[in-house]
Amino acid sequence: MDIAEHGAEAPEKQGIGEYLVRHLREYGLLFALIAIMAFFQIVTEGTLLKPVNVTNLLLQNSYIVIMALGMLIVIVSGNIDLSVGSVMGFVGALAAVMIVEWELSTAVTMVTCLVAGGLIGAAQGYWIAYWKIPSFIVTLAGMLVFRGASLWLLEGQSLGPFPREFQMLANGFVPDIFPSGVSQTVADLLGQKRVNVLALGTGLVAAGLIVWMELKARAQNKAYGMAGEPQAFFIARIGIVAIALIFILFKLSTFRGLPNVLITMGVLTIIYAFFTGRTVTGRRIYALGGNEKAAKLSGIKTERLTFLAFVNMGVLAGIAGMVFAARLNSATPKAGFALELDVIAAVFIGGASMSGGVGKIVGAVVGAFLMGVLNNGMSIMGIGIDYQQMIKGLVLLAAVIFDVYNKSKQG
Amino acid sequence: MTALLEMRGITKEFPGVKALDTVNLTVKDGEIHALVGENGAGKSTLMKVLSGVYPAGSYDGEIHYDGALAEFGDISDSEAKGVIIIHQELALVPLLSIAENLFLGNERARGGIINWRETNKRTEALLQKVGLKEPPSTLVDKLGVGKQQLVEIAKALSKEVRLLILDEPTAALSESDSQALLDLMLELKQQGVTQIIISHKLNEVRRVADSVTVIRDGSTVSTMDAKTQDITEDNIVRDMVGRDMAHRYPARERRAGEVLMEVKDWNVWHPLHTDRQVIEDVNMAVRAGEVVGIAGLMGAGRTELAMSIFGRSYGRNISGSVEVGGKPVDVSTVSKAIEAGLAYVTEDRKSLGLILEETIQRNITMANLEEVARGQVLNESAETRVAEEYRKALNIRTPGVFQRVMNLSGGNQQKVVLSKWLFAKPEVLILDEPTRGIDVGAKFEIYGIINDLSKQGKGVIMISSEMPELLGMCDRIYVMNEGAFVGELSAEDASQERIMSLIVTE
Repeated sequence: MDIAEHGAEAPEKQGIGEYLVRHLREYGLLFALIAIMAFFQIVTEGTLLKPVNVTNLLLQNSYIVIMALGMLIVIVSGNIDLSVGSVMGFVGALAAVMIVEWELSTAVTMVTCLVAGGLIGAAQGYWIAYWKIPSFIVTLAGMLVFRGASLWLLEGQSLGPFPREFQMLANGFVPDIFPSGVSQTVADLLGQKRVNVLALGTGLVAAGLIVWMELKARAQNKAYGMAGEPQAFFIARIGIVAIALIFILFKLSTFRGLPNVLITMGVLTIIYAFFTGRTVTGRRIYALGGNEKAAKLSGIKTERLTFLAFVNMGVLAGIAGMVFAARLNSATPKAGFALELDVIAAVFIGGASMSGGVGKIVGAVVGAFLMGVLNNGMSIMGIGIDYQQMIKGLVLLAAVIFDVYNKSKQG
Repeated sequence: MTALLEMRGITKEFPGVKALDTVNLTVKDGEIHALVGENGAGKSTLMKVLSGVYPAGSYDGEIHYDGALAEFGDISDSEAKGVIIIHQELALVPLLSIAENLFLGNERARGGIINWRETNKRTEALLQKVGLKEPPSTLVDKLGVGKQQLVEIAKALSKEVRLLILDEPTAALSESDSQALLDLMLELKQQGVTQIIISHKLNEVRRVADSVTVIRDGSTVSTMDAKTQDITEDNIVRDMVGRDMAHRYPARERRAGEVLMEVKDWNVWHPLHTDRQVIEDVNMAVRAGEVVGIAGLMGAGRTELAMSIFGRSYGRNISGSVEVGGKPVDVSTVSKAIEAGLAYVTEDRKSLGLILEETIQRNITMANLEEVARGQVLNESAETRVAEEYRKALNIRTPGVFQRVMNLSGGNQQKVVLSKWLFAKPEVLILDEPTRGIDVGAKFEIYGIINDLSKQGKGVIMISSEMPELLGMCDRIYVMNEGAFVGELSAEDASQERIMSLIVTE
């Protein structure tokens, strides 16, 4: 009852400090990302945020982000998928065999790879959903099976290179649609050598959209008397997000513009954020993870949802597999090795709960980038892989301890 | 005969509830003493006080055991003095052998190394004592419930028991297993083991008990001694239920319309023990505007009946038909049952009815999300409107519908569950123990909601273990026992005595 009394009746009275304490998790993640970026920006003497490195950062983490979207849904539904690294490697290998050995077209290969990912997800989801075999075990088996299957497909060798159009998936950039005159004018205006106006424009539009949507949501909450965040916080949070977005796209625009994979990643993130937050099926997945029995007794087809969560995970692992292979321009038997751990870590750092029912897409994406910046920053600093692993492990543990501590305090 | 145990003026309070109020219980050395009372009367609480589950100091009153004041700090304290309780839910490890179970925590070992020879020898001796012909190495898993019960008793004997407490030992047993168990109890009595039996089966009580204590609403009502008076089932039943209607029930205009739902020849088998029939040939009907009760003791099969009807959520090999509005309907999945116009408010709201971490709003709309969505896309303001509507209508006391359900009191949580099902717009609501664990004020409000539903012409099926509640609310009451309907009473004919005697005399 304690919390109930502090609830919606008292938003005016509650101090900013108190609000911050109660929403520490949401802000904590954002602040942690900013703090870590600032730290590495300083210790790497500005290398971290150089346009080329920002571009690299996005490309390097794209497949993790893509899989984190599916993993979030799997984890929210109360399951786990340990096989995604292997599945990703397997699909990459399949793509290489189809294109390089069988000389099939890129389009046929891409479609086949997506279907293959979906079928793999279905094969695992079937046992988990309808036979109630723990997902940990089924996907542990899948991890071994598909690691072996990629070795078998590739006969232990690396296979490449890919044709240009397939490589474009990961390494391509969206050409600037604006005439060079416009670009030159903007570049002169901003004092840069060159500026990709499309990239910069996308940043401005995206930032504008976020501000507009947040304002709308805030107005709606207010109309229903829901406790909103204090105004200062709202402005600061939205401001930071908008500025960061514009800043990153500005950096990209002075290098090679918008990477194709950023578009894929961005579109998928928006779709999944909408799906989990605003659709009937999305909501039911949270209900399933929150209390499976209650969900079932409310008429929710829990088995089917679990099954579909794994099919979806498989498809996303398929996309990630192609992006990864295209980026390296070859498929190797080791591709995706232990990557499932990075993906799962990203989702948990992003605030999802092991027991299911809790977690947000945006959290998972920020979590993935937080890990990505850590990796990238430490690599630039020349920190050995040994220390990198240890630090990443401790960051994951700290994030989860923070969650549990927060929860126990709220009682 | 001297008294082995004397509990004097035991009072035990939980926050907001007085579970036991100056209870006295005297058990003579070498007798079998029966403890009877309705569900929730306080029998189990009293036994927990006795066995140290509620340690000395957490209750008022005195326990005198074996001529001295006993202050048990925990179960091992009481077990050391020979007081051993066998709970209704057996505490055996299924995948260990009989011998391993018997000496669990009390291993025949030296320096941490188990002496299997001694263990098996002693097990054999104990099994012989309880008349169980199984090798000590048999896994408990492989035994039926009756034999498991014997293993529990053997375990008690291995600890040199003086006072053995059996909590509804025959509840899950077949007739012949029950008889064997009762014979064993009489034999143990010959060997000088004093016993307390908690049971609802009054014929069994009469058979073995030397004296009977009746508990009602946390107080001792009477103690009868078989030597000095004739203990009849009638006597016991009267003492068990003889309270005046302490609660109030809001008045309702009774008018039953057309038959709304009918269940015909419903049979259900146990989901795991496929040879056990849980529901037998149940036929039932609900009319529009009617409140129909299902009375029975715990384990009678009421929840199993409701859940098997609601989307086959319980049991297997279900046969029978359900008609709504005169037409047969498919209730094979929960969503089909909801579509057919049924709703089921579970007995266990926390683990089966609510998502505690989620908000009130999200819990209310969970069973009917389509109504607040266009296609797949949720309309959150419509959702909030709906939640607000139910918050006001059902008077859910909360600052707002964005509160998490876990922060609400039991009564308010129950109103959230009710809201969820009202929003699913059912024709027939099955309410399973709708007022369990909530305070008197909230109970009254829930009765009001039930009356409103009846006024709107909905059919309500109410399962309750509180008989006064059924008598106060229902137009008609089915009495259920051991998976079958054993009687049907109209509101005028029904009384607690009649219901109880239908249950205990089969």
